[in-house]
Amino acid sequence: MGPPDEGGHFGSFGGRFVPEALMPACLELDVAFRDAWGDPTFVAQYHDTLREFGGRPTPVTYLERLSQRLGLKVYAKREDLAHTGSHKINNVVGQALLTKRMGKTRIIAETGAGQHGVATATAAARLGLACTVYMGEVDTVRQALNVFRMELLGATVVPVTSGSRTLKDAVNEALREWVTCAADTHYCIGSVMGPHPFPWMVREFQSVIGAEAASQLRDFGVTTPDFVVACVGGGSNAAGVFAGFADSSAQLIGVEAAGGSAVGLGTPGVLHGMRSLLLQDDHGQIEEAYSISAGLDYPGIGPEHAYLADLGRARYVAVGDDVVIGALQLLSELEGIIPALETAHAVAWLVNAAGDEVPAGSTVLLNLSGRGDKDVAQVRSILRGES
Amino acid sequence: MTTLDTRLRDLRARRKALVPYFVGGLTSDWTTYVAAAIHAGADVVEVGVPFSDPMMDGPVIQEGALRALGNEATLESICHELAVAAFEVPIVVMTYFNVLHHFGLERSAELLGASGVAGVIVPDLAIEEATPWREVATAADVATVLMVAPSSPIERVRRIGEQSQGFVYAAARMAVTGRASDVGDAARVVQSVRSVCDTPTYVGIGITTPEHASDAGAFSDGVIVGSALVQRILDGASAHDLEGSISSFRLALDTTAREA
Repeated sequence: MGPPDEGGHFGSFGGRFVPEALMPACLELDVAFRDAWGDPTFVAQYHDTLREFGGRPTPVTYLERLSQRLGLKVYAKREDLAHTGSHKINNVVGQALLTKRMGKTRIIAETGAGQHGVATATAAARLGLACTVYMGEVDTVRQALNVFRMELLGATVVPVTSGSRTLKDAVNEALREWVTCAADTHYCIGSVMGPHPFPWMVREFQSVIGAEAASQLRDFGVTTPDFVVACVGGGSNAAGVFAGFADSSAQLIGVEAAGGSAVGLGTPGVLHGMRSLLLQDDHGQIEEAYSISAGLDYPGIGPEHAYLADLGRARYVAVGDDVVIGALQLLSELEGIIPALETAHAVAWLVNAAGDEVPAGSTVLLNLSGRGDKDVAQVRSILRGES
Repeated sequence: MTTLDTRLRDLRARRKALVPYFVGGLTSDWTTYVAAAIHAGADVVEVGVPFSDPMMDGPVIQEGALRALGNEATLESICHELAVAAFEVPIVVMTYFNVLHHFGLERSAELLGASGVAGVIVPDLAIEEATPWREVATAADVATVLMVAPSSPIERVRRIGEQSQGFVYAAARMAVTGRASDVGDAARVVQSVRSVCDTPTYVGIGITTPEHASDAGAFSDGVIVGSALVQRILDGASAHDLEGSISSFRLALDTTAREA
C-alpha cells in the first residue's frame, strides 16, 4: 500500500473533488502532512502521545477458546483497549498534532455514532484545541450519551438537520463549515475518505495498527497470518491493519455491513471530495446505508479500498444484521471481550467462513477495532425483542 | 471559444449581466419562473439540477434541491423541459459532478448541448480534476464556468482564468450559497481575476438585494442571484411576484452602469 499519485489517486479512485474555496486548504494540508510525516520530531511526538496518552501499543491476544471452537488459530489486535475504546484515537492524535503544527487553533469533525466525535473531542482537550462536532440530528438522539461525552470533553456538538440527518449529511455540513473557516480550522475527517490527502493521511496514522500487529505476531511465532480480517465502513481500521500485511502473502478481508456494502452493491461515483464506490440510485443520487451498527452506516468506502478491491489485493465481503448479535455474544462468552457491533461483523464473517473459505487450521489476525460498551443498551433491547 | 464566450463578450459591451438562479423541478411550472425572469431582464439563467448531497449549497438551495428530488427531477427531465422551452437567453446548468459522472461525461455533454444548454457550473470539480469533463463539454459547445474563491492564490486565479469559459464565477465570500448582508470580498476577488484575464467576471454567493447587485455591478460584469429568489419560491411566490423582484435587480444594475 504505497502513496497515491500526486493528485491523490489510487488507480482511478481518490482525487480531490472539492469547491475551489477548499482547494487551497487541501493543498496546504498535503504539504504540511508530507513535511510532518518526514520529520522524525513529529513522528516521535505522534508515537509518544499515543504511548503516554493513547494506550499504545495495544496487545495482540490469542483467542484460545474461539480458536478451538472454529478450528482455527485466531489472534486479535486489541484496538478496543486503546483510549476512547477504539482505533479512532490513532487518527485524531495525528491530525490534532498536525493542526497545531500548522498553527491552527480549532478542529471540526463529523461523527455518525459518536466514536470519532468523542475521539476528536478527546484529542482536542488534550492538545488545547477548540472543537466543534457535526452530528446528524437522528444520531444525536440515538447516541445521546456520546453527545454528552463530547460536551464533557469541552466540545460543541451541532445537530445537522439537512438531508437524511445522519453521517453523510454530517460530512456535508462539516465541509460547508470548513469553507467558512479553513484559515484557522482543520477538518479532522474520521476515516480513510474525503479529498486527498485525507485517505492517505488517515491510513498512515492508522498504519500503526498493522505495524504493531506484524511485530507482535512474530512474538507468537507467526511470520505471516493466512488471513487478516477487519470490518469496513469508511475503512480506516481495515486500512491501518492491512498496511502491515499488504506486502505479505496474507489474504486481506474487509467485512462490510450488508446494508452499507459499497464494494458489493456500489458503483463508481464522486462524493465528499473523492471518487470511489458509492451506493447510489439510477440518477446518481446518493442512497442511505442501513446497518445495525451506526459506524458502518456510510454509503461509500475509502478510495484505496475501492482500488484494492479492483486489483483483487483485498477481498470485500458483506454480513447481514441477523448474524451480528450472535457473533457479539459468542466473543463475549468465549473470550471475555464485548466487541463493538462494527467489529462483530468481522467476527461473524469469520465464524461463518471457518472450515470453508478459511480452511481448518488457518492462522487469522482479527482486527478488534472497538469495544462494545457503547452498544450494550441497543443489544439489550434487541435481545429482549424490544427493537 | 464556445458560443457562450461569444455571447457574453457581446453582452458585456451592452450592459451588466443579471443571472438569476432557479432550481430545476422545484415546482411543476418552474420554467415559467425562468420565462418571467427573462421577461424582467435576465441575461443568462442558471438552472440547478438537484443532487442529494449539495456541499456548496446553504439551507435555502438544499431545501429547493430536496423538494425537486421529491418531484423526481433528473438531469434528463430538466434537459427535456429546457429543450421544449427553448429560451432565448443562454442557460447555464449548475450541478454536482456525480450527476454528470453517473450519467456519463460524454453522454451528459451531448444531452446538455442538444437541449440548448450553453454552459455548466460544477462547484465540486476543481481545475485539477476538470480536464476530462472540459474536453467532452467543449466538443458539445457547452462551456465550463469555473469559480474563483477569496482563498484562491494568484497562481490558481491565473489557471482558473485561463480555463474558465463563458465567464468567471467570483465567489464573494468564504461560504456556501445563501443570503448575506453585503458583497463581502467580491471587489478583491474580481480585481484578482481582472489582473490575469479578460473573461467577463460575475459575482455570486450572497447577492441578496438590488443594492448588493448595484455595489457588485460597479466593479464586475454582472451578478448571480440565487438563494434570495429561491427562498421566495419556497415561500410560495408566483412567477409574476418574482418578475417584480428581478426587475428591481435589473434597474439597480442599469442605474449603476449609467452612473459609472
